[in-house]
Amino acid sequence: MIEHLPVLLVVLPIIGGAIPLAASLVSDRAGWPVATVTLIGQAGLAGLLAWTVGTNGTVSYAVGGFAAPYGIELVVDGLSGAVALLVAVVSLGVLAYSRQAGPHSGPFYGLYLLLVAGLTGMTITGDVFNLYVFLEITGLAAYGLVASGRDASAAVAALKYLIIGTVGASLYLLGIGYLLAATGTLNMADLATKLGEMAAYDSTLVLTAFGLMVGGLTVKVALFPLHTWQPDAYANAPDTVSAFISALVSTVSAYALARLLFSVFTVEFLTAVPVARWALVGLACVSIIAGSALAVSQDSVQRMLAYSSVSQFGLVIAGFAIATPLAVIGATVHLLGHAVMKGGLFAATGVIERKTGATTVSGYAGMGSRVPISAFAFAVLSLAMVGVPPAVGFVGKWYIVLGAVNAENWPVVAVLLASTLLTLAYFARLVERLYFAEATIHTEHDEAPVTDGSGQAISFGMIAVVVIAAALAVALTAAVPMLEQVLRETLPPLLNQ
Amino acid sequence: MFELLNSHYNYFAVMLLLGIGLYMLIESRNLVKKVIGMNIFQTGIFLFFITLAFRAGGNPPIIKEGGGPYVSPLPHVLILTAIVVGVSLTAVALALIIRIYTEYGTLDEDKLKQLYYD
Repeated sequence: MIEHLPVLLVVLPIIGGAIPLAASLVSDRAGWPVATVTLIGQAGLAGLLAWTVGTNGTVSYAVGGFAAPYGIELVVDGLSGAVALLVAVVSLGVLAYSRQAGPHSGPFYGLYLLLVAGLTGMTITGDVFNLYVFLEITGLAAYGLVASGRDASAAVAALKYLIIGTVGASLYLLGIGYLLAATGTLNMADLATKLGEMAAYDSTLVLTAFGLMVGGLTVKVALFPLHTWQPDAYANAPDTVSAFISALVSTVSAYALARLLFSVFTVEFLTAVPVARWALVGLACVSIIAGSALAVSQDSVQRMLAYSSVSQFGLVIAGFAIATPLAVIGATVHLLGHAVMKGGLFAATGVIERKTGATTVSGYAGMGSRVPISAFAFAVLSLAMVGVPPAVGFVGKWYIVLGAVNAENWPVVAVLLASTLLTLAYFARLVERLYFAEATIHTEHDEAPVTDGSGQAISFGMIAVVVIAAALAVALTAAVPMLEQVLRETLPPLLNQ
Repeated sequence: MFELLNSHYNYFAVMLLLGIGLYMLIESRNLVKKVIGMNIFQTGIFLFFITLAFRAGGNPPIIKEGGGPYVSPLPHVLILTAIVVGVSLTAVALALIIRIYTEYGTLDEDKLKQLYYD
């Protein structure tokens, strides 16, 4: 049983996801309890797996008993163990939020669990083609979830997301074709050794594969200028879904990009082909600046948060591309921290909108006293995102900047430092409005229509999720040394250069 | 030039399909045509993989007496999976298009944009 942990982690949500679908034929309310039980099990398994990785090192699993280079391999090391645990915990948290807020239908929870399965699969797979399959499972579930909003605009946003996302995934698939032509293998570890030996790093075949695969994944990560699907998708999806996908989908795609950089192409490739590194760092820097500039110019809070993701993921990708040990640890910390902070922020906007009707930056004026707890959590999360110590947002940025200083990439250091100021530009504005501005919405908002008829627009669970996210954004700082140690132990080829 | 075309015609077909698909995806204003373009684009990629697996004089990868040399079975399996993914994506896209059409009454992207941002 225990040695099958990695595969159970993917199978459990798929089976759990089929049950609400079948149960919805009988009762429409069966979805939430089934999903809760499944995800509690999932979180338990992920915790056990992360603990195993922390104590015994990397876990590898041959699916169906077919040995690694030919069969499909699941590999869990410090990085993927941490991300798998994040996926399980965040999806459980958002589930608590969805009990009151979300669409309640059985198919919704079926898709929700399918998305968890896809994300977990992307996290723990050790095979580039398997990564494509899970990428598309994640994509399909995410398109369906975005479209589950009541407005038809959600369908338009979902179609846009689908078309752009499919092009991204298809480019990634084309890149796999080039890699297969160059080396004849699909296993990540096997590719890493064969890329150096069988195909030179700077051969056209390998460079094209790198460009296509990284290009495809950056669409999913939503780096500027490939981010256009993201604001529409986040702003039009139901609150539950925007909290969920903003916290996890881009995060896991960024993880996949890191996995591709370090486990497939390896740091030697980045050193041998400086153009590839500079292209990626350049894209990340443009993303940081353009994302912040677009975020400042938004009036809708949810669109502002979406553009903020574009800029924050630029920071993460810059950290990975610099590829010094410190920068990689910083990027990982910021990746995990960003998931908690951004998910919490979207959850908070949902609560504030339901309670007061405010959705725009000007509408947030003076709302600090109307929704004291959520507004305070929102402010804490905003400041954590800016990088005020001791929040986790500070630690991640600090390490990335230190890594860039060590690598003596001075232009990048300048952009990274500026990114903090830019983040402050759009978050400080919101916090200032929340607490120090004259209210613009005076009438008591007639609370949003409630789908389950209990007469309450927000529940204890929704506020608890927001508050816990805010607490975690600060408390996670204490876990950073532990994460750093696990990463150093399980990723030696990468971190002890 | 003609020699290259003659020996590498499969790669030219792949490039042509990728180009046509991507062009339709970007340029066509009709949402259904966009989805068709998406499918053509993916078909180009499928053909690219199948081309990779080909070897002159190879048999289908079904082991029998005195068989071999065989074409590589791996890309065929990969593409079978990718085709399934492509079909499900098309199904989801068409379902979304039906919903958009019943709500907005148009499949024209420009008209939709006006309705969408109002």
